[in-house]
Amino acid sequence: MSEPAAEHHDPVVAFESAKLGLWTFLATEVLLFGALFTAYIVFRLKYPDLFHAEHGKLNRVLGAVNTVVLITSSLTVALGIDAVKKGKARLLPRYFGATILLAGVFLCVKYVEYTEKFHHGLFPSTNIFFSLYYMMTGIHGIHVLIGMGVLSYVVVLARRGRLSETYYTPAEMSGLYWHFVDLVWIYLFPLLYLIG
Amino acid sequence: MSHGSAGSRRIYYGVFAALITLTVVTVMVSYVDLGLLNVAVALLIASAKASLVALFFMHLKGESGLVWGFALVPIFFLALIIFGTLLDTQLR
Repeated sequence: MSEPAAEHHDPVVAFESAKLGLWTFLATEVLLFGALFTAYIVFRLKYPDLFHAEHGKLNRVLGAVNTVVLITSSLTVALGIDAVKKGKARLLPRYFGATILLAGVFLCVKYVEYTEKFHHGLFPSTNIFFSLYYMMTGIHGIHVLIGMGVLSYVVVLARRGRLSETYYTPAEMSGLYWHFVDLVWIYLFPLLYLIG
Repeated sequence: MSHGSAGSRRIYYGVFAALITLTVVTVMVSYVDLGLLNVAVALLIASAKASLVALFFMHLKGESGLVWGFALVPIFFLALIIFGTLLDTQLR
């Protein structure tokens, strides 16, 4: 059997190394979003009234819908990886396909929200709340877009029969990344939509 | 390489149900004016949801201490950045 990670002698060591590498990447992501969260905290403390008034202009229902969409997309990723681990790699395209579809729904809702805000004259330059709103959700949206690409790549690998219960590193790594994107939104949603 | 046990699917569905429930709760609480307590409740619920995602979806539960270290050290540094920044902006 040909291991795609043949340069490593031990597949278990290769898997563990990949995992640590991915978590290291996530550490840089924590600090990227962390800088924005820090800015949010600083300006929220400085202009509490502005934040309170402006957060009410966001659509809480659409934000909640998108939260449910992302949580569901995380579930389907987890189920897809679980299927591969149990030797059913052929099921992965279906699960990951559902995730990619949900990611698309998330971005469509985001598009509707942005369009509505623009229509009401709320732009990144309007005030510090909307600067942060567009910056944080924008960078998060780019992460969703990249995630769709990464997950599609794993679907292609599965279709080509490259994944099995003994080698599923790409599936697990793309899953870790996707769950992190979900995790960031779990904080963005209350901070921007619920308690501004 | 840990293989999925027979009950792992049930755990994922359970975590999913908990995440949805917590989302509904946090949205409902946001419509009630509790003053500063609103912020505390929202952050507490968000952290509970984040913990569920990290522990079960990201498989931190059952990971080695090394992986836990890789996951927690950036959180520590983020706390340090926020603390240091606020020390400057709030006490200026």
